[in-house]
Amino acid sequence: MDLFEYQGKQLFAQHGIPVPDGEPATTPEGARGAAERVGDRVVVKAQVQVGGRGKAGGIKLAESPSEAQARAEEILGMDIRGHLVRRVWVERASEIEREYYASVTFDRGAKRPLVMLSSRGGVDIEEVAANDPDALARLHVDPLTGFQPHQARWLAFHAGIHTEAMKGVVRVLGQLYDAFIELDAMLMEINPLILTTAGEVIALDAKVTVDNNAFYRHPRFAELREATTEDPQERMAEERGVTYVKLDGDVGILGNGAGLVMSTLDVVALAGGRPANFLDAGGGSKADDVVTALEVLLSDDKVKSLLVNIFGGITRCDEVAEGLLTALEELDTTLPIVVRLDGTNDEEGRRILAERAPPNVVVEATMLSAAERAVQLAKEAT
Amino acid sequence: MSILVGAGTKLVVQGITGREGAFHATRNREYGTDVVAGVTPGKGGQAVDGIPVFNTVADAVDATGANAAMVFVPPHFATDALYEALDSGVDLVVCITEGIPAHDMLRVYTHAARGDQRLVGPNCPGVITPGVATVGIMPTQVFTPGRVGVVSRSGTLTYQISKELAQVGIGQSTVVGIGGDTVVGSSFIDILGLFEDDPDTDVAVMVGEIGGAEEEKAAEYIAESMSTPVVAYIAGFQAPPGKQMGHAGAIITGSSGTAQAKKDALETKGVRVGTNPTEVAELAREALGG
Repeated sequence: MDLFEYQGKQLFAQHGIPVPDGEPATTPEGARGAAERVGDRVVVKAQVQVGGRGKAGGIKLAESPSEAQARAEEILGMDIRGHLVRRVWVERASEIEREYYASVTFDRGAKRPLVMLSSRGGVDIEEVAANDPDALARLHVDPLTGFQPHQARWLAFHAGIHTEAMKGVVRVLGQLYDAFIELDAMLMEINPLILTTAGEVIALDAKVTVDNNAFYRHPRFAELREATTEDPQERMAEERGVTYVKLDGDVGILGNGAGLVMSTLDVVALAGGRPANFLDAGGGSKADDVVTALEVLLSDDKVKSLLVNIFGGITRCDEVAEGLLTALEELDTTLPIVVRLDGTNDEEGRRILAERAPPNVVVEATMLSAAERAVQLAKEAT
Repeated sequence: MSILVGAGTKLVVQGITGREGAFHATRNREYGTDVVAGVTPGKGGQAVDGIPVFNTVADAVDATGANAAMVFVPPHFATDALYEALDSGVDLVVCITEGIPAHDMLRVYTHAARGDQRLVGPNCPGVITPGVATVGIMPTQVFTPGRVGVVSRSGTLTYQISKELAQVGIGQSTVVGIGGDTVVGSSFIDILGLFEDDPDTDVAVMVGEIGGAEEEKAAEYIAESMSTPVVAYIAGFQAPPGKQMGHAGAIITGSSGTAQAKKDALETKGVRVGTNPTEVAELAREALGG
């Protein structure tokens, strides 16, 4: 799960990493109130998970609370590269002396955490890495021994951090690594990490991604997630424990197992169709899961046909067929539904559908023929 | 011969008294696997369908000579179970459990990498040597004995591809699900290396998906170190960047990890990539010279 800047900064603050005082706001009036509390001169920042906010006009300086209100009025509701701004972060403006870059990432290739530091911050770090690789110091950490202060010093010296910022940067690196571990993060990035004219080292931005598998030991992540899931279908799926990703096509997809579902999307696209979603009902799908999954799928009104592609392992095809029948009864849909059942109890599943399914349900024998049929039916419906 | 799992496998099942653990332990035994023990702390002395239960893996290994462990323990406790399995000295640990935090697996992986034991998974369907033995949750009816090795990050997609192989009359030497998580014990390269050395495997099928760079690394390895022909499939061409597609490891970050990049990397090294599961079976048949 990717967090918003304001969520990341609040987590930073809880882990001792210095951030400017600030508050989130969802209305211009709220932004005014926030500005009154955090200081006269503030920055109003659009909270969207996309780069290039500044260039798009999503980050503005305000000299007074009433100006903060006016700037928030402009920013809230903006569309920044397809992301609607629903919230701003209002923080005390900082006097920047120098801009650095610091991050800890979960390097899955090396199977180690990777700490990176650069004296060239506030710019696209991938460009720095490509054009001026010496300006980016990198160090892998042994996950069993952890990040040691000497490693932070090595990074700071090799990145060319200025003497007056050395102590602060080394401290922040240590705190950043600790937070990375304690929060089960996959990424923690500060760009820029600044040295202020007053000599403080402060995180001026926060990009944090946390591991969904670790939610069970971080109860407060549920709250954070509430704010990050904006699509209504994705939110509904999340509440019901179904893995769903919305795409923008018109062939709804339901399958079991992530790999098979991804493959199903590809096969639909190869057949000339456009998948409406990714939906994995799980490796051991039961009838109830199918009902839930279908409900989520049908809540997307762009869907013109459905493709149900099941390969039974632990999942039993007869249970899936029963689930489909229950779902169709409850949801009362006339959309064409193409079903392909294979694996455990597939014959029984097909027999149940042949005997009791309504006429909008079509059974196909193979994954490819089912995909072609679903694409064709979606085209006929438009 | 085949790889990882065979007639000499003596399996201990961790979490055997749970619903899933009991179900699959007995199913594995029915298929022919020598399931010698189960472990559930505090339930030592009991039995599950005749399989003796021990309090610790070490006790089970001492009493039965188990040389492989299968972990069915829920994610909160799975890390501990994995350390226990590794520390008991078994040669092979297969972790079925889904949902283990990535940081935990990173530590387990690092610990395991310092020894010479093999870890498969987590979040994987297991390993099957058709007609001989299975360790895991794969639907055994899908597989037939043969000379094609299959290695995959996905469960159901493995079944789909094995079924497609069966349609063109091809069986498998061993099928290995390495798991869909961000950090898994055995990589494509590890398993491909075993297939390369296996006299019973004539062709290997690699089933990859978006996320990470293991398929790209495998492409290099195949070109440099393998004489056994490899054909591949990659799932996830339609996946958008930044969205996790079910598996924890299936996420395109930045510009890396896309299906196209993986396909290109493989094809550049001469590995043929099927556009759908049916075509992969065809490619395998051609590679076998059939």
